[in-house]
Amino acid sequence: MVPPAHPPPAGRLKVFLGMAAGVGKTYRMLQEGQAEAEAGRDVAIGYLEPHDRPDTSALARGLETVPRRRVEYQGTTLEEMDLRAVLRRAPELCLIDELAHTNAPGVEHAKRYEDVADVLAAGIDVFSTVNVQHLESLNDQVAEATGTRVRETIPDDVLGAADEIVLIDLTPEALIERLRAGKVYPRDRVETALQSFFRIEHLASLREVALRQVAEEVGTRRIDGAPGARRRGQHGERLAASVPSAIGERLLALVTPRPSSQRVVRRAWRSAQRLGAELDVLWVQERASSAEEAEQLEALRRLTIVLGAHLLVERGEDLVATVQRVARERGTTYVLIGAPAHRNVLRRARGPSLPSRLLAALPGIDLRIVADRTQRSLDEEEERS
Amino acid sequence: MNDVRTMIAALLLAALAAGAAAWRVRGSRARRALPAPGPHRLLFPFVGQALSKPALEAALRLARAEGATLVPVYLAQVPRHLPLDTPLPRQSERALTLLEAVEQRAHTCGVPVDARIERGRDPRHALREMLDHERYDRIVLPAATNGDDGFTPDQTAWLLEHAGGEIVVLRPQRGR
Repeated sequence: MVPPAHPPPAGRLKVFLGMAAGVGKTYRMLQEGQAEAEAGRDVAIGYLEPHDRPDTSALARGLETVPRRRVEYQGTTLEEMDLRAVLRRAPELCLIDELAHTNAPGVEHAKRYEDVADVLAAGIDVFSTVNVQHLESLNDQVAEATGTRVRETIPDDVLGAADEIVLIDLTPEALIERLRAGKVYPRDRVETALQSFFRIEHLASLREVALRQVAEEVGTRRIDGAPGARRRGQHGERLAASVPSAIGERLLALVTPRPSSQRVVRRAWRSAQRLGAELDVLWVQERASSAEEAEQLEALRRLTIVLGAHLLVERGEDLVATVQRVARERGTTYVLIGAPAHRNVLRRARGPSLPSRLLAALPGIDLRIVADRTQRSLDEEEERS
Repeated sequence: MNDVRTMIAALLLAALAAGAAAWRVRGSRARRALPAPGPHRLLFPFVGQALSKPALEAALRLARAEGATLVPVYLAQVPRHLPLDTPLPRQSERALTLLEAVEQRAHTCGVPVDARIERGRDPRHALREMLDHERYDRIVLPAATNGDDGFTPDQTAWLLEHAGGEIVVLRPQRGR
């Protein structure tokens, strides 16, 4: 068979993202699939996981389903999406549930998102579903918040490459109500679920993570210029290649290995958490460190690990030039520094202050000076006395 | 004419006196706001959601009396199914809030602070990590009160057995 001279344009990927099972991702995917079919498009179901939910199964009626492939594994028969059959059927739009699913050994790919990539590459649009805890970068965060670690993860790029992400949001209370009503799991599993994963505090955390993730994706798209730009970028059509690292916010906290630097790290970390941003902590080492500095540096290293920040130690005699280089390499959007020491007349005569020099050297980057709040409380105390 | 000269001289003197007073006030504030770290280090480990105010006050009194640096150490617990070096954003949030409160209180007392977060599978493991990582002259340990956060008798006994230097165990508040 002679391959076509030009590969078809890649299909579009739309992902329905939820905080947990039962929020209605598959249901919404089917609703939209039905609407597309009514509008005259050729829609087929590549894989559907109805989880014994009658409403979901009912909504799939009328849509053609590509038969599943049966795979024998360790004496058990497993059913997987039949990738070759989907490609042969070649609908305009294919609904493929559970993007993070791990395939049984013996099929084309280990992961379903890899199957989806093949379907998209064939020019077929895909609707798919995933829960936020399956995102690789969020796995640790979600595991800590919920006490449950999922093994099936997808690289963040898979979601980042989607042309559209639809957040299926539900309040934790509403989801628990659905669970109690037997709409998520069979009734004999409800109590166990309520005692373990489906606790209100877990769901609230997951919801926050999901909302933040979508907000971050929106921010990313503003920079990349178009939905799906990152996926198309793999084929040399990236719209904003000049700003590869300016995805969302990225903070850079300048520290020295002294206890007072912890204030800057704390404030920077809180800001990073609010922005859903990565935090880099930089010490520009101008000379060999003393034993005390080495001890403080080790403490900073342990602190940054707990916080999930990145400690960078760069040698350089010119502080501002080193910060400028690191900021460029890391895609920094915010720089935080501690309040500079009081400058007397002699110091002022030597030249502009560090904040002024940083502002001049880092155009387009916000600079934040972290105040010493203990000074404020001391002033208030003195005023009272 | 003499009156004018006298008035100018008086104004200059008053301005100089005001300037000197302002300089002293600023200097004293700066000294109080950033106390220099002392040679001695007093470790103050704590666990849980809140920090006992009497325990903190006792630790601060000891640190001030000895001219020591207070090292408050929040002991974070890493669930067993997670790698030991996994980031802990929720516990970090709690830890930073408590450590900031300790720092503010210590500054008003003129005690230098060098805060830490240590991690372990349980408080005893985190205590062991703390002993491995930190220099110290003394450890101040708040004992658990019924229903309150603090160290259990087992954990306290373990620390007494394994830590060098002096250990001050703060007994629970009566009636709580």
